[in-house]
Amino acid sequence: MTLWNLIHRSLRQHALSTLITAGSIALAAGLLLTVWMVKTQSQAVFAQTNSGFDAVLGARGSKMQLVLNAIFHLEASPGNVGAEDLAMISRHPAVRTAIPIAVGDNYQGWRIVGTQPRLFTDIEYLPGRKYAFASGRLFEDGTREAVVGSYAARRLGWKAGDTFSPYHGLAFNPGSQHEEVYTITGVLEPTNSPVDRVIWIPLSGVQTMSGHDPRAAQDVSAVLIQLRAPTAGMMLDMMYNRQGDRLTFAFPIAAIIADLFNKIGWFDQVLTLLAALVAVVAAGSVLVSIYNSMSARQRDIAILRALGARRRTVFGAVVGEAGAIGLLGAIAGYGVYFALAAAVAGIIRAQTGVVLDPWQWHPVFWWAPAALTGLCVIGGLLPAFKAYRVPVAETIAPVS
Amino acid sequence: MLTITALQKSFPVPGGGGSRRIIDVPHFALAAGEQVALRGESGSGKTTFLHLVAGILAADGGRIELAGTEVTALKEAARDRLRAQRIGYIFQTFNLLQGHTVLENVLLGMAFGAGADRAHAGTLLGRVGLEDKLGHYPRHLSTGQQQRVAVARALANRPGLVLADEPTGNLDRRNARESLALIREVCRESGAALLLVSHDEEVLAQFDNVHDFAVLNRAVEAVA
Repeated sequence: MTLWNLIHRSLRQHALSTLITAGSIALAAGLLLTVWMVKTQSQAVFAQTNSGFDAVLGARGSKMQLVLNAIFHLEASPGNVGAEDLAMISRHPAVRTAIPIAVGDNYQGWRIVGTQPRLFTDIEYLPGRKYAFASGRLFEDGTREAVVGSYAARRLGWKAGDTFSPYHGLAFNPGSQHEEVYTITGVLEPTNSPVDRVIWIPLSGVQTMSGHDPRAAQDVSAVLIQLRAPTAGMMLDMMYNRQGDRLTFAFPIAAIIADLFNKIGWFDQVLTLLAALVAVVAAGSVLVSIYNSMSARQRDIAILRALGARRRTVFGAVVGEAGAIGLLGAIAGYGVYFALAAAVAGIIRAQTGVVLDPWQWHPVFWWAPAALTGLCVIGGLLPAFKAYRVPVAETIAPVS
Repeated sequence: MLTITALQKSFPVPGGGGSRRIIDVPHFALAAGEQVALRGESGSGKTTFLHLVAGILAADGGRIELAGTEVTALKEAARDRLRAQRIGYIFQTFNLLQGHTVLENVLLGMAFGAGADRAHAGTLLGRVGLEDKLGHYPRHLSTGQQQRVAVARALANRPGLVLADEPTGNLDRRNARESLALIREVCRESGAALLLVSHDEEVLAQFDNVHDFAVLNRAVEAVA
């Protein structure tokens, strides 16, 4: 109780430096937690994002580009898949479902993807979960109708009944608007996947859009594939990637995304290192803050000792104060984390459609603040040792 | 209550020139409830003597016995505990903690001894006339009022011995008189012995029992 009283009163007495130091700890804790959350969740969530498909078939090129284009609706398409190839893969006995998609247009930067209605009626984008409409209905094949992902609809302010004319290309160019007018028939329920960022129209819409190459009117950009058995993926991999030379079969999707994260693993390490450095610097600020005030506190410490406080009591009070500043900062760090993580998750969602959940529990939520508090306690040891050694008689009274 | 025999204390001479004896007191005794003043000039070792009695400093030799406990045989932590429980100390410069209120200063005086007792602290502060200043900080008090807080704090643990080191040295004449009277009165009321050191003849004149520290401490003579 006495120790807590000493700590409490010292924190109160040095309120400004306590707040500033705890604030730096809070920033460090928030940064550390955010980096960790983004690192662990993004890898897991991206690897799980496959929109319900096992593989993607596309033009010869990079598997990663193919997956990013067809599943995440990022990147350009590596090329087209001809009608014959589409028919062949659709009929292949190892393939349960093959749904073509076509890209090449946008609306103010929001990607327009052509596909078949059965993507929304037959496919479970997550086990047991099919696409549903928040409002309106699905487009009809062969019409100039569209359905919009929830995020795109919200950002564009669209609802069923609204109309738009697509722009040519994947990047927005105000001077390249097509003349076709599409009517929105429905807005999808959120799926927390890249689908939410897409404007969906019938496949033929993209294939036959004014200004598109009529020779490619039967081509598609990629084919999303569900296999009858995972082993079939090996067979198709052999057929397309090793024996063939025109197409690329991207399988399994999770492994390709994991490979992407492996390639940018150094970036994770740099971020983690930076966050750890910030944490160490913040803990160091506790040391500097308390140590610098030790000269001013020396007299108070001598008075406490003269009143009967033992050396270990004043030592404990200083260490406790450092720990308390660390704990205060760590607790405030949760607030910083939630603000920072929400902002980062918002950016990732806007860019990829993938939703990270800052509230999802991870052991880092207890060990990082605990480690930071521990670092602050260690930072308090040096000034505490100085307090321990304060010469009472010399400090407390003029000699008479 | 307090018996001192052959007490010695030396300090190293700056510059590595050996050590210099500051205290050499063959004998000194103080009975329970007795009030004694020590006369001495600045630099004569009075404060060091009180620090030795309080256990703030360890003696090089000799024996200090306080109410049956041999202070000189105790290790530092035990001396700290003894000081907290049985000795009240009034400093010339008051030594109040500026970040603590009047009440907190007195409670802190209790914290290392018998434990905080707000009622007793309030009573003591009422006794020294500060019942309406409990929440004030020392910087908001006059020097006389600060001295009274120091008196209340010194008596907080119901000590058997109160040590007062030039307690009126920072006060004007009127405050010094009032403060000294208060210290003597509250010590008498609580039954505590009082050992006061001063070079102020007006203060010393208030005591029946005054020792000349230069006589008591042979080291002063040797240095001279």
